[in-house]
Amino acid sequence: MDDVITVSIWRGRSEGRYVTYEVPRLDSQTVLDVVTYVQRQVDPTLSYRFACRVGVCGSCAMTVNGRPRWTCRTHVSKVAADNRLEIGPLANLPVVKDLATDMTEFFEKWQRAKGVFSPTATRNDTVAQIRPDAAARVAVDKAIECINCGVCYAACDSVRWNPDYLGPAALNRAWTLVNDERDANNGERLAAVAANGGCHSCHTHQSCEQHCPQAINPTASIAGLKRRTIGAFLRGEMK
Amino acid sequence: MTLRLYLLQRVTAALMVPLIAAHLAVIIYASHSGLSAAEILGRTRGSVGWAAFYGLFVLLVSVHGAIGVRSVAADWTPLRGRALGALMWVFGLLLFLLGARAVHAVIG
Ligand code: SF4
Ligand code: SF4
Ligand code: FES
Repeated sequence: MDDVITVSIWRGRSEGRYVTYEVPRLDSQTVLDVVTYVQRQVDPTLSYRFACRVGVCGSCAMTVNGRPRWTCRTHVSKVAADNRLEIGPLANLPVVKDLATDMTEFFEKWQRAKGVFSPTATRNDTVAQIRPDAAARVAVDKAIECINCGVCYAACDSVRWNPDYLGPAALNRAWTLVNDERDANNGERLAAVAANGGCHSCHTHQSCEQHCPQAINPTASIAGLKRRTIGAFLRGEMK
Repeated sequence: MTLRLYLLQRVTAALMVPLIAAHLAVIIYASHSGLSAAEILGRTRGSVGWAAFYGLFVLLVSVHGAIGVRSVAADWTPLRGRALGALMWVFGLLLFLLGARAVHAVIG
């Protein structure tokens, strides 16, 4: 193992350039550790985002050697065989500064896809019992593990080509709610995901599935939404 | 793409599968059995069955192809909204006219 990593980091907004730094190589070092070293030891003006450092909060995603990744759980040894790293902001999102992207549009699309839970019960009712082996619960076993990191959104060509496209994360979220028997808003939700830029704009590339750090398969969730919306349409439940 | 277009494209694709198989079988049969152009035309001219078969085929191709071109244009060109719809209709009608002309030549 060499004792130095050569890392190029994006500096600036949409206009900017990659600046190269040298960082000491350590055992079990993550990509986030490398970025943190640069900010703490070399240039405190470097901007980036993280919180939990253990793969829970979803705030640390960046483009690492050309691929979107969660940086706190990505070991340098896994992605930089020759001790070289290129770290940029996530693709398909406006850059605020350096490695921090503006996630507004990403989360607005969650709202557009009716990604908000609409309860059927009130706090005075008993808590619903969902059987772990119920078909609808099994269908979303993986999908509910989303940490909103935006990696899939950055990996999706359809997002890049079509600014209206809701994207894999928002549609995956809608799929979890469509299968939630406690939710009351599926009529509107199905209409929202069937509208222009909805689930039918997905080309089934599976980049989202390939890159999702939680091993979720948004493509499968979107295919589920395609089936549900068509079923609702054929039954005359949707215009 | 919207739900209706998506559905229409899948339905036309499914309907075309047996028609494509039959079309290929006809091509292979016609070329292997050594039929001349005149003999082929002798069998197709005035045939209601062949007119219906290839007429339907042309219709399905036009709808399916036009929706596909709209999708490609939506992703790869700046066209949006009505312009996409216009492209889809013009392309579909063009395909239909070309196809109808060919069907007419073989059956009419
Ligand atoms: S499968 Fe669909 S959502 Fe996933 S990357 Fe491809 S187009 Fe995007
Ligand atoms: S689906 Fe996966 S990649 Fe996409 S936001 Fe959720 S956790 Fe991240
Ligand atoms: S810092 Fe929370 S997921 Fe990486």
